[in-house]
Amino acid sequence: MSSFAVGSGLSIASILLAVIVLAAMLIWVERRLLGFWQERLGPNRVGWFGILQVVADMIKIFTKEDWVPPFADRLSFVLAPAIIMVVVLMSFAVIPFTPEIGVIDSNIGVLFVLAMASLGAYSVMLGGLSSNNKYALLGSLRAAAQMVSYEVFMGISLLGVVVLAGSFNLRGIVESQADGWYIIPQCIGFLIFLIAGVAESHRLPFDIPEAEQEICAGYHTEYSGMKFGMFFVGEYLGLVLISSLITVLFFGGWLGPSFLPPIVWFALKAGFFIAFFILMRAALPRPRYDQLMSYGWLFLLPLSLLNLLLTGVVVLSTL
Amino acid sequence: MFSLIRDTLLSQAVTLWRVFRKLFVKADTVQYPDEQPYMFPRWRGRIILSRDPDGEERCVACNLCAVACPVDCIALQKAETEDGRWYPEFFRINFSRCIMCGFCEEACPTNAIQLTPDFEMAEYVRQDMVWEKEDLLIDGTGKYHDYNFYRVAGKRVAGKDKGEALNEAEPVDVRSLLP
Repeated sequence: MSSFAVGSGLSIASILLAVIVLAAMLIWVERRLLGFWQERLGPNRVGWFGILQVVADMIKIFTKEDWVPPFADRLSFVLAPAIIMVVVLMSFAVIPFTPEIGVIDSNIGVLFVLAMASLGAYSVMLGGLSSNNKYALLGSLRAAAQMVSYEVFMGISLLGVVVLAGSFNLRGIVESQADGWYIIPQCIGFLIFLIAGVAESHRLPFDIPEAEQEICAGYHTEYSGMKFGMFFVGEYLGLVLISSLITVLFFGGWLGPSFLPPIVWFALKAGFFIAFFILMRAALPRPRYDQLMSYGWLFLLPLSLLNLLLTGVVVLSTL
Repeated sequence: MFSLIRDTLLSQAVTLWRVFRKLFVKADTVQYPDEQPYMFPRWRGRIILSRDPDGEERCVACNLCAVACPVDCIALQKAETEDGRWYPEFFRINFSRCIMCGFCEEACPTNAIQLTPDFEMAEYVRQDMVWEKEDLLIDGTGKYHDYNFYRVAGKRVAGKDKGEALNEAEPVDVRSLLP
């Protein structure tokens, strides 16, 4: 394991490869799990239990015509899907997978992730706006409305953890959880972050910007081929990112009994949350976007402020 | 405040749990081409023309099915045999129009036209979707095994006069005053 070190080339390459392959595999995992939860079988024909469905999907998506509509704004239309991939992959730079695996050991890891998440919203808004299509415009309008409502309490819900750990460094946060995960003192912060994370990754209860049943495919209505594929994989990358963040912030990252190596503990915890997000997609209906906004501003924002206040009081009184 | 929490968090959690339990339930679907699904006997699928127990065509070309058909996919022409029985000279169903509503079966007075549980009717050429009488006619009686229209109806045909049908009363002489 000596060749694995934080910031080493092997570490960076294996993170990139693993994360992208995992995000692509999630397309199959999600379809299969959704199938089971809806009392069907799901894709099971291609390869062993349908595991090669991803390859078939990729062949399909690569051989499609890479079409830019003549009425679209070409530059931002091409740029938008790249932004989401780059931004989400950049966020993985600060995630500490194990003591050895990681890209950078940043002192402002939490802030970096939040900043990258905010940039990701540009991808959705630019994509919708440059498509010059009414459904896409509606989708990006909704994305903008959703972004201003969830990003506020998403940041504040994390601050409780930061106050407890006394550090913005994600690696430091994991290490400070050695004698107890933050899910216990920060369960309200965890619930708020979970809801905000769903909204952040545009997953189903809050996939208001795409809302297939209402506005076609929302912001990516005009996209096809690999550009659509990048939005698609970007969404799954976001899912992996949010699950990893929850693991790191509230569930002690790689920490766990020593009969399993740290990376396995990390993968188990993150995988649990990925499956939970898919279950949410299978089960929960989508609110209107004004409902999400009022829920965010009137309920979750005061709650997260209260949580932060109480955490501060407790930390100061035990100093 | 309490009701907000109950409506937003608790009901969602209950939904999540109920959907999660479906993981351990056998799938409702089957892998169709490999495994045939169970088709209910009353399934409204491919339309057939049945025969009576004697092996004669049941259809009497009354045109009620063509009238009942909401998409006008049935076309037929009446003809008559020498012994007085009516039959369709041609009977044509355009299955590219048919919506399998079953109105024709409901309208049929002789149980001739029936819908069956077969649904595998795809064709490569659109013209092949038009079925003629020889394609539609089957050898059996379909869903109704004993019914024979000419045996129970009052219609006079060769070998069966008025009043000779099953359960039919003797014809009344309307000019007679006797009880």
